[in-house]
Amino acid sequence: MILDYGSGNLRSAQKAFATTGEEVVITSDFKVGVEAAGLVVPGVGAFQRCMQGLKAVKGDEIIRIRVAAGQPTWGICVGMQILFTRGTERSFDHNSQDLQQGVGVWQGSIEKLQAPILPHMGWNTVSPPVDSKLFGGIENESFYFVHSYAAKSADVGQITWSEYGDRFVSAIEDGSVTATQFHPEKSGRAGLALIENWVAEL
Amino acid sequence: MTLSIRIIPCLDVENGRVVKGVNFRNLVDAGDPVEMAGLYDSEGADELTFLDISASSSGRATTLDIVRRTAEQVFIPLTVGGGIKSAADVDALLRAGADKVSINTAAILRPKLIAEIAKAFGSQVLVLSVDAQRAKTKSGFEVTTHGGRTGTGQDALEWVGEACELGIGEILLNSMDADGTQSGYDLEMIRAVRRICSVPIIASGGAGKLDDFSLALVAGADALLAASAFHFGRLSIGQVKDYLAAAGYCVRQPSIQ
Repeated sequence: MILDYGSGNLRSAQKAFATTGEEVVITSDFKVGVEAAGLVVPGVGAFQRCMQGLKAVKGDEIIRIRVAAGQPTWGICVGMQILFTRGTERSFDHNSQDLQQGVGVWQGSIEKLQAPILPHMGWNTVSPPVDSKLFGGIENESFYFVHSYAAKSADVGQITWSEYGDRFVSAIEDGSVTATQFHPEKSGRAGLALIENWVAEL
Repeated sequence: MTLSIRIIPCLDVENGRVVKGVNFRNLVDAGDPVEMAGLYDSEGADELTFLDISASSSGRATTLDIVRRTAEQVFIPLTVGGGIKSAADVDALLRAGADKVSINTAAILRPKLIAEIAKAFGSQVLVLSVDAQRAKTKSGFEVTTHGGRTGTGQDALEWVGEACELGIGEILLNSMDADGTQSGYDLEMIRAVRRICSVPIIASGGAGKLDDFSLALVAGADALLAASAFHFGRLSIGQVKDYLAAAGYCVRQPSIQ
């Protein structure tokens, strides 16, 4: 199940998750979102725009209910960032204190990367923990990133690190909640293998 | 740095056919963009770019269908350019399965389009395509429109600076003088743009030999686009990556098949 809360390329995410043979539905329905066996929260635009879109379909509530119930949920790119308590990215139009607050599954803020060339765009390596289930059987592969902001620290679950200017959190596995700063649906066969690993645990 | 250099084949599509690819090797239907996209993906392309050069609206509809079919099979980033005039055009392409769009002529005619697209979809979806040629402007580079056929008199570097302010995710820097010649990228142009902009630069136009690629990286490019060199079988993506890896650059060599 993929949560639809704004425009964007949800189709390639749908096709990538469908390679597992599972039925993949794009939805913004509250009940369907809460009850799905697995829910993917893609990222749309900047942090504040993402929160605005999410709130419009009560996506923040869907995520909180699922996390409390231990239902598998995967945030991708900005969909990972909004799982933290706070975003610092400025928005073009709607800057508000309210929309700087994330869903708050994890403590921490999303900060700008310190690198001469931004966005961090392209294929980069990851350093997952040895017993990671998400990265199980996937070694020495690169994944596709597009972002200028990231979590630079986190004190939850299993953390995968990457480096671009700074060291940043590129994936989190925290019980039923998974998050990747990179796009598995755009990371070729390595990304599909990751999706396969996640779906196998549903 | 652990970020890989991106190697990007570019497919010029006209009315559903790849037009530079007539001599492309190993393909029964040499001009089918979806088939070529799949082949480049399996050869290790890091992204794909479709440039729609169709003049007609039916040609554009065909391109949407090609994007749709490609996105069902190829799970690497896909950029689509050509004829985009509005945020609605961008929306249709993203919904069909494109990840990024490149704009050129429409943005020069109406720069606000950049801000409109960035606001609606985020600047990361927006690739500013700059078709520049040597001319007597302030920097010595002039930006052109309509696939290089129309000079604007506008200085290319000033245009890049303005576009960066409006919110672009990267620059596709195409040298009209070098395009199709396979005699090397315009290194001076890459250096000049690198000095004034902090978004990634995709070098385009002129790639023909292996050392062309590394020279563009030294000049400041972050990604390397080529069409003729790959289509006509002169070089393979694997050869370019092996060469760059031997020269000490980080390239993606996927092992999962």
